[in-house]
Amino acid sequence: MAVKSNLTNMVVCLTATCLICSAILGVVYAVTLEPIAVTNENILKASIGQVVPEGGEISAKMELEVGGIPSEYYVSTKDGAVEAYAIKSQTNGFGGPLILMVGILSDGTIYNTSVLSHSETPGLGAKCSSDEKFLSQWKGFDPSAKKLSVTKDGGDVDAITASTITSRAFTLAVENAVKAAAALASQGENKQEE
Amino acid sequence: MTKLQLITKGLVKDNPTFVLLLGMCPTLATTTSAINGMSMGLATMFVLILSNMAISAIARLVPDKVHIPVYIVVIATFVTVLQLLMQAFVPGVYASLGLFIPLIVVNCIVLGRAEAFANKNNVVDSALDGFGVGLGFTASLTVIGLIREILGSGSAFGFKFMAGDGMLAFVMAPGAFLVLGYLMVLFNKFIAKKN
Repeated sequence: MAVKSNLTNMVVCLTATCLICSAILGVVYAVTLEPIAVTNENILKASIGQVVPEGGEISAKMELEVGGIPSEYYVSTKDGAVEAYAIKSQTNGFGGPLILMVGILSDGTIYNTSVLSHSETPGLGAKCSSDEKFLSQWKGFDPSAKKLSVTKDGGDVDAITASTITSRAFTLAVENAVKAAAALASQGENKQEE
Repeated sequence: MTKLQLITKGLVKDNPTFVLLLGMCPTLATTTSAINGMSMGLATMFVLILSNMAISAIARLVPDKVHIPVYIVVIATFVTVLQLLMQAFVPGVYASLGLFIPLIVVNCIVLGRAEAFANKNNVVDSALDGFGVGLGFTASLTVIGLIREILGSGSAFGFKFMAGDGMLAFVMAPGAFLVLGYLMVLFNKFIAKKN
């Protein structure tokens, strides 16, 4: 059936297989590169649009580091004044990284949140991206008046049933974003470079 | 063996999940809902058909001692192609299955069919075999996913028919084992009766 093996034909065969397969992958990668970039861009834009008030002008991506945690952020300006920050914030959830987009108004209150990606348990922690009751409590949450931790830990955030770890991670991500926004607000207008 | 038998044997006699017990890792991990199970099954079917065809075409040229590495490279190529295509064109499905797609590379079903069937048969038969086994895998995963979804989340194919959460254990790993075990019993009882 198959060819008898010797060193030459084994080397030739493996090399040829790898070359052909790499070529196929190269072509597919080149073809899908743009659609993937467009899709990711759309997901990002949609999530920014969700977490800042409508009608603002959204800046390009900027980066900052607060307390050793680097994060990406986008500024939404309206009539020349900063209206809100959209901050991408990442923590570790129950099943892996949990990445949120958190929109914070210039007065420090949270406008809205949106889950960019997560690997939580389907049916339990995964509800952090769909549970109406859990998500709606973030709208208008004022971190200066309420405590940013789950009720089990003495805070003011109602956790998702049976998903305390995910809820804690979510809360921590929001807290980091709030800190970053506070740092941004105190930096004021003297920061305009990329 | 007729062409039709090639397809139906993957569904019943050689059902990869309930009879051959191959590919248990994706079976347990992705069947949290009917849609997830079905998507995983279809993704595997796509890879199975293409890798079966490619392997049956090149099997006679591959020296015996290196056939496993060659097959793995071929399978891995198709899986990566699938992953890139899904990421580009069906990001919704990719978001829920992306984590498991690379697992298809080491799914025993794919390598198993390459070893047991594709390298001894012609391209058309191998494609049909891949289609049949893929169909069997898809059907099994969909059924397991549907039962887990109904019991665990009170919904079917994403449509909620019951308020509240259902029995959460069925969404978690233990539920996967329970459902798989009971279905296996029923399936084999049915087959035994038929014979």
